[in-house]
Amino acid sequence: MSMTTVIFYILSAILLFAAIRVVTAKNPVHAVLYLVLAFFTSSGHWLLLQSEFLAITLVLVYVGAVMVLFLFVVMMLDINVEKLREGFWRNLPVAATVGLIMAFEMVLILTNPHTGLADYKAGAALAADASNVKVLGRQLYTTYLLPFELAAVVLLVAMVAAIGLTQRSRKDTKVVDAADQVKVRSQDRVRIVKMQAEKNVEAADTAESGEQQA
Amino acid sequence: MNWADLNLMPALPELFMSVAILVILMLDAFISDAKRGLHYGLALLTLAGCAVLQVQTYSAVPVHTFSGMFVSDALSSLVKLAMYGSTAMVLVYSRQYIADRGLLRGEFFSLALFALLGMNIMVSASHFLSLYMGLELLSLSLYSLIALQRDEVKATEAAMKYFVLGALASGLLLYGISMIYGATGTLDLALVAKAIKLHTANDMLLVFGLVFIVAGLCFKLGTVPFHMWVPDVYQGSATAVTLMVGAAPKLAAFVFVLRILVQGMEAMVADWQAMLALVAVLSMAIGNITAIAQTNIKRMLAYSTISHMGFLLLGLLAGTPDGYAAALFYSLIYVLMSMVSFGILLGLSRAGFECETLDDLKGLNSRNSWYALLMLLTMFSMAGVPPLAGFYAKFAVIKAIVDIHLYWLAIIAVMMSLIGAFYYLRVVKNIYFDEAQDTSAIVMRADMKLVLSINAVALLVLGMLPERVIELCIQAMKQSLTVI
Repeated sequence: MSMTTVIFYILSAILLFAAIRVVTAKNPVHAVLYLVLAFFTSSGHWLLLQSEFLAITLVLVYVGAVMVLFLFVVMMLDINVEKLREGFWRNLPVAATVGLIMAFEMVLILTNPHTGLADYKAGAALAADASNVKVLGRQLYTTYLLPFELAAVVLLVAMVAAIGLTQRSRKDTKVVDAADQVKVRSQDRVRIVKMQAEKNVEAADTAESGEQQA
Repeated sequence: MNWADLNLMPALPELFMSVAILVILMLDAFISDAKRGLHYGLALLTLAGCAVLQVQTYSAVPVHTFSGMFVSDALSSLVKLAMYGSTAMVLVYSRQYIADRGLLRGEFFSLALFALLGMNIMVSASHFLSLYMGLELLSLSLYSLIALQRDEVKATEAAMKYFVLGALASGLLLYGISMIYGATGTLDLALVAKAIKLHTANDMLLVFGLVFIVAGLCFKLGTVPFHMWVPDVYQGSATAVTLMVGAAPKLAAFVFVLRILVQGMEAMVADWQAMLALVAVLSMAIGNITAIAQTNIKRMLAYSTISHMGFLLLGLLAGTPDGYAAALFYSLIYVLMSMVSFGILLGLSRAGFECETLDDLKGLNSRNSWYALLMLLTMFSMAGVPPLAGFYAKFAVIKAIVDIHLYWLAIIAVMMSLIGAFYYLRVVKNIYFDEAQDTSAIVMRADMKLVLSINAVALLVLGMLPERVIELCIQAMKQSLTVI
């Protein structure tokens, strides 16, 4: 067994362990930390495939930015996991039965001799000076131009939706528009109503209705 | 590929639409809330422009571009024109409704057009990658359109359910696609079809992938057993958004299924035929029977949608060009029918009043006999009563099934449409034979009244003279499916 294969199996074992812990960890913060481990380990897999650019991107973007943000959010939310798990033991027998049957069926099919790894040849090794970034860039902007541009549109939709869902002009706000304040004229605020000094009831009524109309 | 090789002409309508959306988005930042009607006009203009470009760039022979990821053929052109039309009608119907509910915002129009762009990509995709990107563009726009009404608890709940279940279905679909990729080594639909036909791919992996893909597709179509989101989303969303979710996306989803199953995996027809038959029977049965128990008309129409999607699958699973054409015809007619029914609900709603229970329709005839007649036409068409288009659509798909000797399926379909007739006729009974509980006058904008009338009368005309349209469907199928 070559060194690469040994490393592959070690990384895979860690990856699977981390992935399982993500879903089984009681504490959500621990789950996120295991997810970080899973991402980090899979970036090791990229490196084995000689895709150093993708490996570094995975660490920088997912581990460095996305997961840290995620961790913040999880720490701020006060999630009561015990409450979410209340039905766990009650539903376990049924879930386990269904799961076992499914696993059994998959094993039946996948143990078929025709689904071996032998069908899939390993890719040729890359030259020492092969540039991942160059190949990726060329592919993205030529062959995969359409999906690439569409991904940009999807991100734009996400932006529009995020702004549309969160931004609102509050009706109860007390903020004063300075420009409106400066522009205001006396006629807008003060109304001079001419009325008799002495009035009878009828005249008062008409004056009042006249006032309302005005 | 070289830049000089890039032929943008087949995708001209999509490019125009993208630019128009950006213009609308930019304008949104500069105009005051009072002038939001401008967006409405611009959105309609965009749709008209797209339709003109679509006709201009039409070519009977499929043209591939973007490294074979995008195809413009007769099928995509026909369906795209129908989608422009239906989106325009949705906007006309929604105008007053969204204005009354504070939804008349720039985002409503830009998201609606983004959704349409996603549908266009789905319809024109010839590669799993572009298919998936189109689907996500559509889904994300729809999720946010539903959530736009965020002060409504029900709308938020509907958006959340749709989002979570939609993400799950996308995951299933992607898992299936990854297996197909593992087996064939390509994502291009034509190459996948070739690999399957020549048996160079691992059959076991293919079947595994197919199961996941069919599950994902059934979710997107809203068929049993992946239908649970449909009633909640239909009921929870603002009626205008429900209409947007229920009309054009069904057409896009149908072509999406057609591209994957027929263009990509036709050699496996025996496998997916059995799966779709099961799904179709369950959808027709559960959709129609559950609809009877509903008192909310939006929920009832949601279950009716599920059963209609079951009927649509009948044409698809026949596996013959005539069957595909029948299914296409069915989806076109279904879109027309769902637009009138939700259009009437939109027209009957007003500021502060939501028309959504069966009781709200009581005595519609005494309030306005013309709208009552339009609703009657639609309900009869949905039930499949002869002179109307719905009858011919059902007839065509059942004929396709009979042609391949699946008699038991045809018998179930006929029985289910009989059961379905009950709740459609109950709506008619409410409209004509019950006392009105709410006697306020019905106010509808003149343009909406006109379009709604044309829409409903089209059901009658297409029912009596369906040949032209069904001929168009058959032509489109022949021209698009032979050259792969």
